[in-house]
Amino acid sequence: MLFASSPSLLENFVQFTVLGLTYGCLFALIALGYTMVYGIVELINFAHGDLFMLGGFVSLTVVGFFGLTEAGAVAAAGPLAIGGAILVAFVGSVLFCSGLNTVIDIAVYRPLRNAPKLAPLVSAIGVSFILMNAGLFWGGSQPVSFPDLLPNENLLERFAQNGQLFGTFGVEHVRFTAKNLLVFGVTVPAMLGLTLFIKYSKLGKAMRAVAQNPTAAKLMGIDTDRIIGLTFAIGGALAGAAAVIYGLTIGTVKYDMGYQNGLYAFTAAVLGGIGRLPGAVLGGLIIGLVSAYGSAYIGERWNGALIFGILIMILIFRPTGLLGSTAREKV
Amino acid sequence: MPAVATKTPFALNWETVLFLGLLLYPVFPIFESTIFGATKRSLGDQLPTVFIFTILAYGLNVVIGYTGLLHLGIAAFFACGSYVAGILTVGAYSFGLPFPIALIAGTVSAALLGLLIGAPTLRLRGDYLALVTLGFGEVVKVTLKNLDGITAGSRGLSPIPPPTDHAIWAEDFRPYYYLTLGILIVVALGLRNLERSRLGRAWVALREDELAANCMGLNPGKLKLAAFALGAGLAGLAGVLYATRLSSTADPGAYDFNRSIFMVCCLILGGLGNRTGVLLGVFLLVGFDNILTPILDGAIQKQFPNTGGRLYLSFTGWRLAVFGLALILMMRFRPEGMIPSTRVKHELHPDEVVSDAIDPIVLGANTREVQQMKGESR
Repeated sequence: MLFASSPSLLENFVQFTVLGLTYGCLFALIALGYTMVYGIVELINFAHGDLFMLGGFVSLTVVGFFGLTEAGAVAAAGPLAIGGAILVAFVGSVLFCSGLNTVIDIAVYRPLRNAPKLAPLVSAIGVSFILMNAGLFWGGSQPVSFPDLLPNENLLERFAQNGQLFGTFGVEHVRFTAKNLLVFGVTVPAMLGLTLFIKYSKLGKAMRAVAQNPTAAKLMGIDTDRIIGLTFAIGGALAGAAAVIYGLTIGTVKYDMGYQNGLYAFTAAVLGGIGRLPGAVLGGLIIGLVSAYGSAYIGERWNGALIFGILIMILIFRPTGLLGSTAREKV
Repeated sequence: MPAVATKTPFALNWETVLFLGLLLYPVFPIFESTIFGATKRSLGDQLPTVFIFTILAYGLNVVIGYTGLLHLGIAAFFACGSYVAGILTVGAYSFGLPFPIALIAGTVSAALLGLLIGAPTLRLRGDYLALVTLGFGEVVKVTLKNLDGITAGSRGLSPIPPPTDHAIWAEDFRPYYYLTLGILIVVALGLRNLERSRLGRAWVALREDELAANCMGLNPGKLKLAAFALGAGLAGLAGVLYATRLSSTADPGAYDFNRSIFMVCCLILGGLGNRTGVLLGVFLLVGFDNILTPILDGAIQKQFPNTGGRLYLSFTGWRLAVFGLALILMMRFRPEGMIPSTRVKHELHPDEVVSDAIDPIVLGANTREVQQMKGESR
């Protein structure tokens, strides 16, 4: 780098696109949990965002077991120790969230399976409150900082010549670090694996059958309760993975972070077409990009209005979402 | 169940008794210095808040209880009333209009806002509608927070003058008490008649089976819009009273999702569709927040002086969990609420056939018809 210059419009745009796609992957992971549960039991799982929040605290606690909460300890630890801690945090958070989500399903939603639709929805709000309270006791009312475990080195610098990439933008203004790499490295395989699972495995086929018609699925010998429990478990696992990534990249966790991130992710699920897995991913990426561009060009404080405005517009003009089928509702 | 006998217009029922008691309370303010003296909160100061939130809950009850549309953004309309009142009366603006005009303007503008947001969205299915209302509530909150020039941002508009220039509004609890209670009783009477009117019965029909109601010639779109606008208008009315009593619109955080969901909790706890139940629900939850929690917190403080800021040692720290558990348990074991509306109870427990409990008035006959029916059977 010979001289420091202010970023050009293009460089800014590329940087915010990277940022947006990173957020987008996070929203997509959470949105998959919403869309799977909605697809199978038609429940807007308000507690899903709070499950994600608890996953953040679990991973924070696990990292604490490794003694990596202080910046000095992180600097002293070798890459192997840090990698191990991250891996264990992943396993812990994923297991915790999927287990908890299944338990909630069995304890709260299963008895209400035949109740009017309002009942499970209101119960989900109740579960959300309880989880939020648990997060409040766990982490307090202030944001807790997550240790900075991954290096902040800009990976693009390795490919750059004279501080320029492709001869058009300077790497000093466009950053792509190990954190961004981790987000894509976890999200993309997870989504591919999930898609293959739903499409080709026997359990995936059963899930699709239950989503289409629970009664018929039951008559065909499918244990619907078990399949619904499995759906909650997978959704919870994705939320748990998203929580670790969130902690590592965003750097703080707070007891009420589930509410807003959950709603953004739900917007993503609706935007893509609720009940459709590729829709959740597409919607997540769009919402991520919108929030990144919104922060850059309009102001972060308007993000809430922007994203919920999109939600309202989508629901008014295309309630089935971008990829949703136009199947008519059964009367 | 002698439903017919107790529902004749001038018979005493629980609601009438309750309102008569509340009207008489300031004459014998026995609780002012005894029970509630310990927390330095007088019941007479707390009750107007209960009345205001009851008006808000009645508005929500029109949408959720009568018509069966899940509405998660009632706070947006509450905010609309409050801010319209603020803009029309506060000194920073040159309007300086008197209280009654602000009251009407706040109510009407909230109802219009309800029409505006309701018209394009009411054809959506139940849970999608819940999301639209939730999203709209967030949009309104964010907008109020960010439009500093108009709404004074997070400071809120203040000071809103009391309804008249007399100093008595600040000195005594009774003026606000009677103002809010009076408006509440008017609203309750109006709703009581509305429930039995053609419109009220149409709403119930819509809630029970939209397809059947449509086939019988009802227009679901118009009916839903009417319910939505009326609910929004009542919320706006409550908003004007709230801002006037606080003498400030408070910060936009007072109109967030938590407010909306708090009102939904009141309805579900008390009894969807039943006015007495709604009043009880509001009383319990506002009482929980404003009376029970301070008392228990004080007691815990006395018992364990060194909590060291640990949240789980204060009752306030458990607030969310208590609310959440209450919602789950109510949904599981008594979804019709503590004082259920007969009709809602039947809808929620379709298996239990109790033939004599069906109330002819709710079924659609008006009181005169019922009396005729009784006369004929004799």
